Amino acid sequence: MKFTRSLTAAAVIAAASASTATHATELEVTHWWTSGGEAAAVAEFASAFNATGNTWVDGAIAGSGGVARPIIVSRIIGGDPMGATQLNHGRQAEELIEAGLLQDLTELAEAEGWADFVNPSGLLDSCTLDGKIYCVPVNIHSWEWIWLSHQAFEDAGVDVPSDWFEFVEAGPALEAAGKIPLAMGGQGWQQNGAFGVLQYGVGGVDLWRQVNVDKDAEAAAGPEMAKVFEAAAAARELAKDSNVQDWNQATNLVITGQAGGQIMGDWAQGEFQVAEQVAGEDYTCLPGLGVNEIISTGGDAFYFPKLDDPEQTAAQLELASLMISKPVQVAFNLKKGSLPIRGDIDLSAANDCMKKGLEILAAGGVVPTGDMVLTPDTQGQMEDLQTEFWSDLSMTAEEAQERFVDIISDAD
Amino acid sequence: MTTSENPGSIRRSASRAPFRPFRNLSAKFAAIPMILTALVVFVGGTLWTVVYSFTNSRLLPKADWVGFKQYDRLWGTRRWQVSIENLMIFGVCSLVLSLIIGFLLAALLDQKIRFEDTFRTIFLYPFAMSFIVTGLAWQWILNPSLGVQNVVRNLGWESFVFDPLNTSSIAIYGILIAALWQGTGFIMCLMLAGLRGIDEDIWKAARVDGIPTWKTYVFIVIPMMRPVFITTLVIIAAGIVKVYDLVVAQTSGGPGIASEVPAKYVYEKMFQSQNLAQGFAASTMMLLAVLIVLIPWAYLEFGGKRRG
Repeated sequence: MKFTRSLTAAAVIAAASASTATHATELEVTHWWTSGGEAAAVAEFASAFNATGNTWVDGAIAGSGGVARPIIVSRIIGGDPMGATQLNHGRQAEELIEAGLLQDLTELAEAEGWADFVNPSGLLDSCTLDGKIYCVPVNIHSWEWIWLSHQAFEDAGVDVPSDWFEFVEAGPALEAAGKIPLAMGGQGWQQNGAFGVLQYGVGGVDLWRQVNVDKDAEAAAGPEMAKVFEAAAAARELAKDSNVQDWNQATNLVITGQAGGQIMGDWAQGEFQVAEQVAGEDYTCLPGLGVNEIISTGGDAFYFPKLDDPEQTAAQLELASLMISKPVQVAFNLKKGSLPIRGDIDLSAANDCMKKGLEILAAGGVVPTGDMVLTPDTQGQMEDLQTEFWSDLSMTAEEAQERFVDIISDAD
Repeated sequence: MTTSENPGSIRRSASRAPFRPFRNLSAKFAAIPMILTALVVFVGGTLWTVVYSFTNSRLLPKADWVGFKQYDRLWGTRRWQVSIENLMIFGVCSLVLSLIIGFLLAALLDQKIRFEDTFRTIFLYPFAMSFIVTGLAWQWILNPSLGVQNVVRNLGWESFVFDPLNTSSIAIYGILIAALWQGTGFIMCLMLAGLRGIDEDIWKAARVDGIPTWKTYVFIVIPMMRPVFITTLVIIAAGIVKVYDLVVAQTSGGPGIASEVPAKYVYEKMFQSQNLAQGFAASTMMLLAVLIVLIPWAYLEFGGKRRG
């Protein structure tokens, strides 16, 4: 059956690319992977694509997703679409799909049987709208990690905590030793992300689902949620001396032992790697804050805008099929430090933290991310609220919760 | 030039210009592209924005009418309120201070001093820099561990604290400092041009009458410079409403939302939050604010002349 699958897949691509056999097709691919490790990972895609006889035209956009997304979206809307583009899957591309601006990949996906090997299956669901598949997930990134500096805890004379509550208890000792207990970059997305992690860790997955998936305003106003906000207020207190902006500066505080820990996604791992630190010896990573061992399955996906040229359309399908193929997935994710989206490949070269992630993934401890269930509009409102809350120590947990309830009850 | 081709004009009242559509035809023809641009791009775009601010448009404009819902949400949003408050503080301070400093510098330069060209160049130089460069430079100058605070502490005043950009309550003043540094040189030049336009004889007459210099400035020269002041006012006001890049470069609206400005809200709602209608509502409010300032001024300025 696998064999017939790949045969039909080959047929789909061959039929579409019959005319491209003789000459190469150029495809411009936009993305915002510009840091060292990221660029190396993209190069894996590019060389694999070039090996098929097509040409990868790199359209890297410097800056974060927040800078790149408006450029990408306005190019697609404005009638100057690229060949393929990175976006975070979820609701960001919803309206582009509704407007018929993106390529339908269902035929290819069915032919190759994506649904059989994409793990967790939620990744493919968030690429799907009305039963049709519009994007290729390429990696899994999760937010739910806290990174702890062994040196900082050694200097403070306390053991490296094994969960969030121990971490909070160790706070005063860290402070007494002249450390910043919690490093936190002063940007809305980081503060909102950390709050999301606290929601999973302190509030639990069920509460998170009630609030973010079902948009249950009562749950958002309830006593369980109040605990989350109190935990956030405690975290804010621990982070009050942290005056850096960018996430990697905050990670650097942890690496150098000036800060006890940082709540940040698994991309922080790349920074530890560059600094030649070893997981378990120099730093510890705790998924789900060590309380609820779960990871969310956000990540990156590629979308393919509709193009007029049939040759380019064929090349798009070829690229889509390539990105999800086994060898490319392994090569790409090892460089990127992210988890692969296929359940059927072996990543023995992965480090300790990545292995923890793979184990949780295999055990099915996965949850969707905010990107998947909330509109960018709601996310923006939450970021505004969190950045105000974290920077203004006079704003109480109750006040923040009240405004949080307003946002949830307006969300769609 | 009333000719028989348009006899109706004779009966019109003398104060009105006669209607002659075919006079200066080539000039009128040449103006058509600009007229079209103005009508379609500016007026048309503005109307479109206002109309769609009453819809529920997200990423793409949709004619799904929701009345004043976007405005309700806008004014209920803490970030917008902070933005407006900041714009008020920034606007008033920057208007008053850049006029005063600009005029004082111009008056000092006008004392027939030596090396006037050199000073003029130094003062005007910041204006040649983009807001992004200005913002970054001042971010470093105001950074507590690199800039002013550090320098003063190294001089021996250990407890000196000057950290506007990381202090919520005064972050907007940190931006104001950079804006003044960038803009006052240009205001000075405009003022200097105005001062040079004042006839030497007026100064001589004032001196003969024994009027002190400061009185001559306040009661004679400044009223005579009214047109220059009005031009300056318009230039400063336009700069205030659109302030955006300076904030992005210096604080990105932080700490928290303490230095947010309306233009940044509009941009972020439209392109990052993918909520066009909310951005439209915010930009319509900005337009309204500009009109509230502009209409009375235009009425006084142009309405007055017609009566005269």
